[in-house]
Amino acid sequence: MTAPPDDCLARNEWICGDYLSTRRHILLDAVGQHLQLTVLSVLIGLAIALPLAVLARRWGWAAGPVLAVTTVLYTIPSLAMFSLLLPVYGLSAALVVAGLVLYSLTLLVRNILAGLRAVPEDTRQAARGMGYGPVRLLLTVELPLALPAAMAGLRIATVSAVSLATVGAIVGFGGLGNLIYAGMNTYFKAQVLTASVLCVVIAVAADLLLLGIQWLITPWTRARRG
Amino acid sequence: MNTLTDAWNWLTDPAHWAGDDGVWHRLGQHLVLTVVCLVISCLIALPVALVLGHLGRGGALAVNISNVGRAVPTFAVLVLLLLTPVGDWGEGPTVVALVLFAVPPLLTNAYVGMREVDRDVVRAARGMGMTGRQLLWRVEAPLAMPMIMGGVRIAAVQLVATATIAALAGGGGLGRIITAGFNLASTPQVVAGAVLVAVFALLVEAVFEAAERLLPRRGTR
Repeated sequence: MTAPPDDCLARNEWICGDYLSTRRHILLDAVGQHLQLTVLSVLIGLAIALPLAVLARRWGWAAGPVLAVTTVLYTIPSLAMFSLLLPVYGLSAALVVAGLVLYSLTLLVRNILAGLRAVPEDTRQAARGMGYGPVRLLLTVELPLALPAAMAGLRIATVSAVSLATVGAIVGFGGLGNLIYAGMNTYFKAQVLTASVLCVVIAVAADLLLLGIQWLITPWTRARRG
Repeated sequence: MNTLTDAWNWLTDPAHWAGDDGVWHRLGQHLVLTVVCLVISCLIALPVALVLGHLGRGGALAVNISNVGRAVPTFAVLVLLLLTPVGDWGEGPTVVALVLFAVPPLLTNAYVGMREVDRDVVRAARGMGMTGRQLLWRVEAPLAMPMIMGGVRIAAVQLVATATIAALAGGGGLGRIITAGFNLASTPQVVAGAVLVAVFALLVEAVFEAAERLLPRRGTR
């Protein structure tokens, strides 16, 4: 038997280049899973939240119940949420996605609704006066004007989803959370630190990406200032 | 629906409520953990927010800390601390991770609350010859109280919810019932634990709601 190698992996150091090079595939797989979980859940969340917010805007009485239900969902702890959905989805990635979708709903519905409500009545009346029907009014006037508030909610929801996805490690589908969980049990410092840092990097990158998209699709907010 | 019946049976079995692994013991741990973390977070965040809000500086700082805070997974912080010397202090890593998690909403809400105090009122108070300290304690802080309490409420509920994660790293609290259920492959226990935590979180929300209604509303008409 040869002497154990004296590298940073053997010394169990926090920062370890060898870890990055030898476990690149594990890391890339985890990042891939993490991105998949997050993107899927935010997109599904958006697809559910948008109609809910529009309906709540159209029929005032619906706003109270919709907001109440989504807020209650947000109060349920993530670990509990994933466990409560366990009987429905079993141990699967769908379980984690479903949990994250339910969380993103609160933030998304609240912000989209706030954006829609902030559209000035004068603007709506002007559009109606120009012969806009309800659908055209919604698509070409109200939704674009609600974009900044909606995007703010989307950014918070995305960043939270990236960070919450790690808890999915409890059912084995936590992306980078899996590495953190495994690293904790084996006292593997480099793995825990690397995975944690990658989580934050993904969250910040996603936030900047959404900020960039918002900048691109709301040219009128820049024109006013410039 | 079978799982729900099984979970109900789990919950109504007195054997599951007694002892060191029992519900009462875990509930007590959860409550202590939440209260300790909330008090520490308030002691750190509120003075800073009140002073920054009074001076009208550091708004960008408060908002940025809040945004960065959301990006850092509590679970990752907990495990990182667990592997450092802090890990030897028993519940130390959990408390530090949860405090880091609770400070941002407290800071932002209190800061925004201080800044939203009517500037005319502040000018009037200054005109009456109030010192900075008097202004802070007698005018700004009372007027900002609803926003500050809103932040405390958000932090409290989120702490109850997030304290369950401590169980993933071997800490105590109600999360332990859930993780133990996972290890035993007992879905009824997992669901029962989840229901307990959810009910606890909603109870805390309700307590704050009631407190806000009952307490005299100083500073608001």
